[in-house]
Amino acid sequence: MTKIVDKLIIDPFEAALGVSDVKGRSPWEDAWHRLLKNRAAVYSAFIMGFMFLMVVFGPMLISWESDFTDWDYTSTPPSIESGHWFGTDSVGRDILVRTLEGGRISLLIGLVATIVSILIGVSYGAIAGYFGGVVDRIMMRVVDITYALPFMFFVILLMVVFGRHIVLIFVAIGAVNWLDMARIVRGQTLSLKNTEFVEAARACGVGDWAIIKRHITPNLLGVVIVYVTLTIPQVILLESFLSFLGLGVQEPMSSWGALIADGAQDMESAPWTLIVPSVFLAVTLYCFNYIGDGLRDALDPKDHL
Amino acid sequence: MIQDSGMARHTIMRLVGLIPTLLMLITVAFFLMRVAPGGPFDSEQIVPADIKANLEAKYRLDEPLLQQYFRYLGQVAVFDFGPSIQYKDWTVNELIGQGIPVSLTIGLAAMLLAFFLGTALGISAALRQNTRVDYSLMGIAMLGISIPNFVIAPILILLLAVYAGWLPAGGWDWSVASMVLPVVTLALPVTAYISRLTRGSMIEVMHSNFIRSARAKGLPESVVIRRHALRPALLPVISFLGPATAGMISGSVVIERIFSIPGLGSYFVQGALNRDYTLVMGVVIFYGVLIIVLNFLVDLIYAWLNPKVRYDENR
Repeated sequence: MTKIVDKLIIDPFEAALGVSDVKGRSPWEDAWHRLLKNRAAVYSAFIMGFMFLMVVFGPMLISWESDFTDWDYTSTPPSIESGHWFGTDSVGRDILVRTLEGGRISLLIGLVATIVSILIGVSYGAIAGYFGGVVDRIMMRVVDITYALPFMFFVILLMVVFGRHIVLIFVAIGAVNWLDMARIVRGQTLSLKNTEFVEAARACGVGDWAIIKRHITPNLLGVVIVYVTLTIPQVILLESFLSFLGLGVQEPMSSWGALIADGAQDMESAPWTLIVPSVFLAVTLYCFNYIGDGLRDALDPKDHL
Repeated sequence: MIQDSGMARHTIMRLVGLIPTLLMLITVAFFLMRVAPGGPFDSEQIVPADIKANLEAKYRLDEPLLQQYFRYLGQVAVFDFGPSIQYKDWTVNELIGQGIPVSLTIGLAAMLLAFFLGTALGISAALRQNTRVDYSLMGIAMLGISIPNFVIAPILILLLAVYAGWLPAGGWDWSVASMVLPVVTLALPVTAYISRLTRGSMIEVMHSNFIRSARAKGLPESVVIRRHALRPALLPVISFLGPATAGMISGSVVIERIFSIPGLGSYFVQGALNRDYTLVMGVVIFYGVLIIVLNFLVDLIYAWLNPKVRYDENR
């Protein structure tokens, strides 16, 4: 009994009922303010926004086609006069256009494969956490067992077995990346079910759906958002790793990993073919990591308490 | 004595837990290979039907699927991965045996480098928390995490081998010079990650009560750090060593290709590009077993360093 009385004294009571008259700041607003104070994350978000715009609209604005071979300028260093601002490769294709179009594929794979892994992970984790008991134990045992397997090699195995198709890359990467999400969501669901504020809400007579809507979902959402920003760079990295080895995206399509592999071939005669796509990839990964870190700091429930 | 029996129990429990993981690894690898559209002999050139039948008989592909599966399980149990499909005169075992010494040397050297350098950097950043040293170390660490090693490797080759000419650009002759670049590039991302981990846990430990007590006893700061803070601060790093190994193995695949090193990873990629089923499967299972066993060892070291784990299981 004393336990409940204790809890009533602090304001989760009012918060749980949602009856407080004072117009307070929601946890989301708090998180937003914290995020804005994190300069590295804000700059990174701006850079990534710019990167998206460049990748989507850039190829339309540049007069070169990505597969046009300019025989007057093969392996030319970056220059304004030739019209190839970032140089050309050994068959005279414009590096900037190729990098931007490769970026479309890289970012697209990053987004789609992340969505696939989130969908699998969230539903799996939520089911395990919600039902609990035997179901939970069996489902989590499967995750534990699968966790110890070398994923990179399973993706490669999948590529070897089914051929290198782009849709398969989405599915393969997404299908091996959901384990972390499942674990996190399940843990959150389990612990949220038993938190004081959910208990308080229940004691006040709030219904199940209202609890899920007002108290559980918002808390899951934070974790999912953080995890999405941290998964995207992992996926992009995984795809470029595969493409670098020649096991990923195939010609005529291209991605940053494939371009870096090409560049590494001619780096002695034309280092810019390596450097330009490398910089794009590194900047993207760097920014996503900082945004993810910033979001985690901003949304981490530990900081609220 | 209680501690010893706890440890033994813990070891046995974990050892039993390995079995389903190993079975799953082999099963998934086997059936993935068998559901593949097109067999290994469906290449561009048309093979006469009877020759194909002979080939399939040689590799035992004509038996019922389940029989093949159990045969393969039996073979793997005694570490026999069968003949390679592309390298006609070699067995997969011979190929793996050729690659291991090279890959192991690089991997071990890189792991040692990453562990010692990473923890050293992390601790020095933690002890100077929120100073310029801390910020710049962690900024560099973030770079190390973000830039994949297939980008760092060519750039280092360009700078140190092609332009400066200090080190060979690739190849492998067991000389220290030929090892430097592969080991350093392989170690970099893991070093960066370990340093971030160490910094975080060191900061947490330095704020804990027992450190305050140690200081209150009048111990000099260096003794407080060495005798009291170090061990608990390294716990998360120890448990990261399992994933770190997995990361290094996949890193070595790229590194060996870039530096043209005749290690296990090179055979693997070559096998994957040639659709050499037995070779790819053999290497995947080998890597899988390696990772699982290493994770198990890391688990034991962790339990040995952190008595809480053992007592929890006894209750």
